[in-house]
Amino acid sequence: MNKKFVLGIYDDEDVLLHAIENIRAAGTNIHDVFSPYPIHGIDDVLGIKRSRLPIVAFFCGLFGTSFALWMQIWMLGFDWPMIIGGKPHIALPSFIPVTFELTVLCAAFGMVITFFIVTRLKPSLKVNVFDKRSTDDKFVMAIEVNEGVTDMNALNNLLRSNGAIEVNEKEVIR
Amino acid sequence: MTEERLIIDRKTNNKFFMMIAIGVVLLIVGILFMALGGGGEHHAEGGHGEGAAAGHEVASWSKRLWVNLWFNNVYFTGISLVGVFFVAVQYVAYAGWSVLIKRIPEALGYYLPIGGIIMILVFVFGQHDIFHWTHETLYDVNHPDYDPIIAGKSGYLNFWFFLIRMIIYFALWIFFFNWLRKNSINEDLQGGTSHYHQSIRISAMFLVVFGITSSTSAWDWVLSIDTHWFSTMFGWYVFASWWVSGLAATTLAVIILKQNGYLKMVNANHLHDLGKFVFAFSIFWTYVWFSQFMLYWYANIPEEVIYFNERLGGNGGHYKWIFFTNLIINFAFPFLVLMTRDAKRQMIMLKIVTIAILIGHWLDFYMMMMPGTLRGDAGIGLIEIGTTITFLGIFLLAFTKGLTKASLVPVNHPFLEESVHHHV
Repeated sequence: MNKKFVLGIYDDEDVLLHAIENIRAAGTNIHDVFSPYPIHGIDDVLGIKRSRLPIVAFFCGLFGTSFALWMQIWMLGFDWPMIIGGKPHIALPSFIPVTFELTVLCAAFGMVITFFIVTRLKPSLKVNVFDKRSTDDKFVMAIEVNEGVTDMNALNNLLRSNGAIEVNEKEVIR
Repeated sequence: MTEERLIIDRKTNNKFFMMIAIGVVLLIVGILFMALGGGGEHHAEGGHGEGAAAGHEVASWSKRLWVNLWFNNVYFTGISLVGVFFVAVQYVAYAGWSVLIKRIPEALGYYLPIGGIIMILVFVFGQHDIFHWTHETLYDVNHPDYDPIIAGKSGYLNFWFFLIRMIIYFALWIFFFNWLRKNSINEDLQGGTSHYHQSIRISAMFLVVFGITSSTSAWDWVLSIDTHWFSTMFGWYVFASWWVSGLAATTLAVIILKQNGYLKMVNANHLHDLGKFVFAFSIFWTYVWFSQFMLYWYANIPEEVIYFNERLGGNGGHYKWIFFTNLIINFAFPFLVLMTRDAKRQMIMLKIVTIAILIGHWLDFYMMMMPGTLRGDAGIGLIEIGTTITFLGIFLLAFTKGLTKASLVPVNHPFLEESVHHHV
């Protein structure tokens, strides 16, 4: 299935941010905005919700903590008790460094893996680059066109009146 | 950019004087109770066995008073010093975000001269009650109290060298504080970037001085109470405790000023950064605490582990609850409460956590000093609370007076604009 997009090309960050505000206020849905570098405050303007990755990190970390404590207590306290340095079998202070490391490890790996899954980042991933200049010196705003519903002229005017230096159309083959 | 002047009206000032008065009254009542009741208060709290009490003289009220004065002054001087340190770090890091709140840690430094005077007086008059090593008989080979270990440390731990070091620390700190402050105020009046560049150079010099003196002052003022004991982590440990208390004090002051209608341009983004500082350094404190504890616990060498014995099982288990409260209030609580982004951006959460941390590190310093001086006779009674309220009143008087002396917004700071638009 083919999808058609209208691309507004911008060459100024501030103009872009105001354009996003105005275009969204006009009731037009923006598919995405592509930029060569991260722009401060663009998430708020685009209405993108904050990532829920920190919640994943917390629970992965909690899992790491519990796993490390369970592992050490079970191994050294029950499965194969040994006296080390005259300490009790279950000597909590000596378990803390390992617990800390496993907490960090699980939180970090859990976050990275979740991120890859959620964003579907994988080696075979194919990305539709709308306009190659978005990796160089231009900002590209993509708006999806609903055939027969979207008024192309009005959209063109809306983009141009909000500072777009070019308005292009592009079809994407899925 | 508009100036913002803090006005402390007479009513507020009277409140601070009232605090001092209440503190002094509590203190006197506490002393009277102790002097007349023979330390009955302590027996109610301590729960000694009869064996321990027999042949054991209860620490006198004067000893308890001196130790309390010393302990509170070390705590408040640390917070004050950290204010100067914070400003210096911001300059050296070319930080822009902190410009709007910079005057608050800067004003914390106004307690330094007062702290210095109190410190010298308490040391000169209360030395024997605070520091075991000041007793001259320890150094006399023919005396039964002769202690070869302490005598071996006499090159460093002797009255005059200690006093001279103390004066040097305060002289250096106050000198750099005044220099930075003068540049900051002149910048408000004259503008330009020359004051900014000079402040960076002053800050860099101060950081070197601070790096050394914060460690040595910790050895002198806190570690030398437990004269036989030693710890290479100790300078860091005291610094971590001071630093996180100072950050908490700064954050709390910013929030209170904001809630009273000042600091109009400070928003959730600045609070977020302060919150991150408090969060991160409460973990840093825990890290240092644990590094020190675990090595001694693991090696279990008598002369090293006695420090933790006195605080856990020793002294009749007197300090056990503080030992664990210390960890919960200074680590678990801020760690869990300030973990989310939203918590760091809300005034109420930050307020609760910073107050908890300020109380927690007060307890931390209590833990460092009481077991070595008052042994099992320490308590948290009228004397402790009275002394602390008195010091808090004096501290707030000096701090707020400092705040009123200049605009709360450093109007000509080159990074002011950046701070106004700060966004995280």
